[in-house]
Amino acid sequence: MAKTHDHSHAHGHDHAHDHDDHHHGPDKGVMRWIKTTNHKDLGTLYLWFSFIMFFIGGLMSLVIRAELYAPGMQFIDPEFYNQMITLHALVMIFGGVMPGFVGLANWMVPMMIGCSDLALPRVNNWGFWILPFAFTMLLSTLFLPGGGPAGGWTLYPPLVLQGGASFPLTIFAIHMLGISSITGAINVVVTIMNMRAPGMTLLKMPLFVWTWLITAYLLIAVMPVLAGAVTMLLTDKYFGTSFFNAAGGGDPVMFEHIFWFFGHPEVYIMILPAFGIVSTIIPTFARKQLFGYDSMVYAVASIAFLSFIVWAHHMFTVGIPLAGELFFMFSTMLIAVPTGVKVFNWLATMWRGSMTFETPMLFAIGFVFLFTIGGFSGIMLALAPVDFQYHNSYFVVAHFHYVLVPGAIFSIIAAIYYWIPKWTGVMYDERLGKIHFWLSAIFINVTFFPQHFVGLAGMPRRIPDYAVQFTDFNVISTWGAFLYFIAQFIMIYNFLRCAIWRKGMVPATSQVWEGAHGLEWTVPSPAPYHTFEDPPHVGDEPAAAH
Amino acid sequence: MSNLIRGLMLATAGLTGFAARAADTMENAYWNLPKGVTDISNEVWHLHMAAFWVCVAIAVVVFGVMFYSIFAHRRSKHPVPATFHHSTTVEIIWTIIPFVILIGLAVPAAGTLIKQYDSRNSDLTIKITGYQWKWQYEYVGEGVSFFSTLDAKSNEARQLGSGIDPKTVPHYLHNVDNYLVLPVGKKVRFLLTSNDVIHGWWVPDLAIKKDAIPGFINDMWTQINEPGIYRGQCTVLCGRDHGFMPVVVEAKTEAEYAAWLAKMKGGETVAAAAPAIATDAAVDAPAAAEPVVAEPAAPEAAPVEVAAAAPAAAPAAAGPNGEKVYLGNCAACHQATGAGLPPTFPALTGSKVVAGPAAGVITQVLKGKNAMPPFAQLSDAEIAAAVTYVRNNLGNKVGDTVTADQVKKLR
Repeated sequence: MAKTHDHSHAHGHDHAHDHDDHHHGPDKGVMRWIKTTNHKDLGTLYLWFSFIMFFIGGLMSLVIRAELYAPGMQFIDPEFYNQMITLHALVMIFGGVMPGFVGLANWMVPMMIGCSDLALPRVNNWGFWILPFAFTMLLSTLFLPGGGPAGGWTLYPPLVLQGGASFPLTIFAIHMLGISSITGAINVVVTIMNMRAPGMTLLKMPLFVWTWLITAYLLIAVMPVLAGAVTMLLTDKYFGTSFFNAAGGGDPVMFEHIFWFFGHPEVYIMILPAFGIVSTIIPTFARKQLFGYDSMVYAVASIAFLSFIVWAHHMFTVGIPLAGELFFMFSTMLIAVPTGVKVFNWLATMWRGSMTFETPMLFAIGFVFLFTIGGFSGIMLALAPVDFQYHNSYFVVAHFHYVLVPGAIFSIIAAIYYWIPKWTGVMYDERLGKIHFWLSAIFINVTFFPQHFVGLAGMPRRIPDYAVQFTDFNVISTWGAFLYFIAQFIMIYNFLRCAIWRKGMVPATSQVWEGAHGLEWTVPSPAPYHTFEDPPHVGDEPAAAH
Repeated sequence: MSNLIRGLMLATAGLTGFAARAADTMENAYWNLPKGVTDISNEVWHLHMAAFWVCVAIAVVVFGVMFYSIFAHRRSKHPVPATFHHSTTVEIIWTIIPFVILIGLAVPAAGTLIKQYDSRNSDLTIKITGYQWKWQYEYVGEGVSFFSTLDAKSNEARQLGSGIDPKTVPHYLHNVDNYLVLPVGKKVRFLLTSNDVIHGWWVPDLAIKKDAIPGFINDMWTQINEPGIYRGQCTVLCGRDHGFMPVVVEAKTEAEYAAWLAKMKGGETVAAAAPAIATDAAVDAPAAAEPVVAEPAAPEAAPVEVAAAAPAAAPAAAGPNGEKVYLGNCAACHQATGAGLPPTFPALTGSKVVAGPAAGVITQVLKGKNAMPPFAQLSDAEIAAAVTYVRNNLGNKVGDTVTADQVKKLR
């Protein structure tokens, strides 16, 4: 441990040196963004990138929903439909949600633990700038003969091996995304472990920092697993190996095991930071300390641990033995316990608080409510004998969109509303924020709630056309999706007003929210380019417990 | 627009009337799992409903508390926040209560699961093989085996810009040319595998679903209680036409089933009326199969009516109808017109391969190439008919007739 410590000191030193060289603020023009090693600049880049990806992924979902508006093939070929569902998932997961959370970590982790920047600023720059290239490559496959990847984001062989020119590019893009995620994760871990302000013990850290620390460990553990899996696909296709080819002694089910050993922790990678955000926002607007801080930390840690031993619940129908089926059913159900603890703790935080409902709070409450609905369908899906009915139906689509959209994405939106006054120095338009929340909350339910019904009624997922009895619910769902998409422009306008067209916007105080606690609120708004070059001292008061 | 109005009305009805209507119409509502026609599917349905109501109960309590708090503890009503932030007792309680509820769900679920896994002592065994994009059913030990493909009407209607309203097609996308016929009251064991990529076989009314995986044999079982026709479809993304490979099971009484089986064994069926059928008998004596025999299995699956078009300008030979074989096996990719969907699925019209030596075409059909799977499962006569058809129709005019012998030699 001592050795690690020394190492970090060395880094800290280099880093300070770095700052001396560039003491006069950022470069001018576009080079600022290309060369930057500043955590705030990179956070901004990550968030913009995430926005663009959400937009592209959202357009793809509209193509999907438009085709599903009525039975019969209306607009696109089934092959293109498959490309859309595949890229929609890859873009939303690796381009939207993950960079969104990394952007928030970039901005907030140093400011929350009172250090001047991430521990490895150049790695941070590199980690971000890999992304645009990776996604340019991934999306460019749409223009190749044969089109983009069409085997689903789960990349199951042998289907994925039937892919044409898009296949190697997709694999390469995934490798690059993996490298980006791993560098980001290492940076977060090193920063949190070594650069906390004096007096900030681990159990005084804000929950957002805690959840990101655990998320980062999950990333470091599982991204290499994905890299291994896709590399094996690559050698199966081009170098004559038979890892997943039964005819050559391989095993297509092994891919599923490896993939979901990555894939399930990946699910939590996309939700743990959301837990951290909600645990930060609710106490602020309830004007009351977070209930059960310690148990929140333990709950996140337990969820992270459990995430490694539940992967085969994605595979209940592949024919794993009874004992395996039972094990994975029980372990999956167990996740409901720590997740329940978190929900109850949020309620207890609200209980007898003194609540106001500004936009971040609305999105946080929307998160608790709708994520819990996704949790309920999760419990139902965990029951293996019933999962034989739900599996690969639209019930599953409804379930994971409930935890991802009003789950992960609502939390990202809440976080931006919450911290954007600190970032830009102006308040967003509260009235528009509230309108945005209500439209989003309504239309997201119009989109995804009917999918529960249509799934139970027998509609499988990943189909471009369906039997006529499924029409009504699909019509509702398509209307919801388009309206939800349109409603997001309110948010984009609101954020652009803060970031760019700032004329007439109300300046924010450094405190911003009267109930907010934590080091980030001790610096001015907008936060200066360099913050906490001299570390603050965290006193005995449990800073994080707010 | 009417869709919109209907949609909005439904949404309203769904939200307001859900609970009220729930109790009596849950069982076969079109928004819920079907109760199904097996003991297992009933058990599964009850488990599903139990889990659902448990979730509803928890939701009522949790969201009730939440909304009460939002109402009562807002700043205008409750200006001074309390200061508590910890209570070990409460935390232990709300860790234990969910745990107990979960055990209450897990125990019956485990019981059902164990039953679902007990495929011993079955009365008959069916081997199901997934293909891109159809199913093959083999009645193990009976010598009966056939393919089951999306029915021609659905296939016609589902083409991009077909102009056919799917609502006018009976059981659109949930219909096949040949049903899987099963006896009621018998324990049927299924062995599942695949010839190419992973597929998934699902019939909601039987509450069985399992993946068909190349190189693996999975098993599952069912015992159907009521005669009837039960529909489902492929559930694992398996390529372009994943959405177009339905599963249709017809459960007959034991006597009817026996009669059907005997008929199938007698080779009375087949290739003509239903191209994909290839019973052992048909394979041995394809030429005898021409007589139009109404499909014995599928009263509703209206014998594939190939509208229009004289079958082949080519010299007509007794034997399988090339156009029907083509539509049942090739048209999904190469399209009914032969235009294909380049670049993945090349056009056959004007194709150099098609117009080249017959042996080349036959070999490609038998062995496959790139994305095209092998079609060796078709009989020699069927392949001969299909090859003859594509060489003399779809804009091609080679003028020869390929014989079953030619195919046999190249196998």
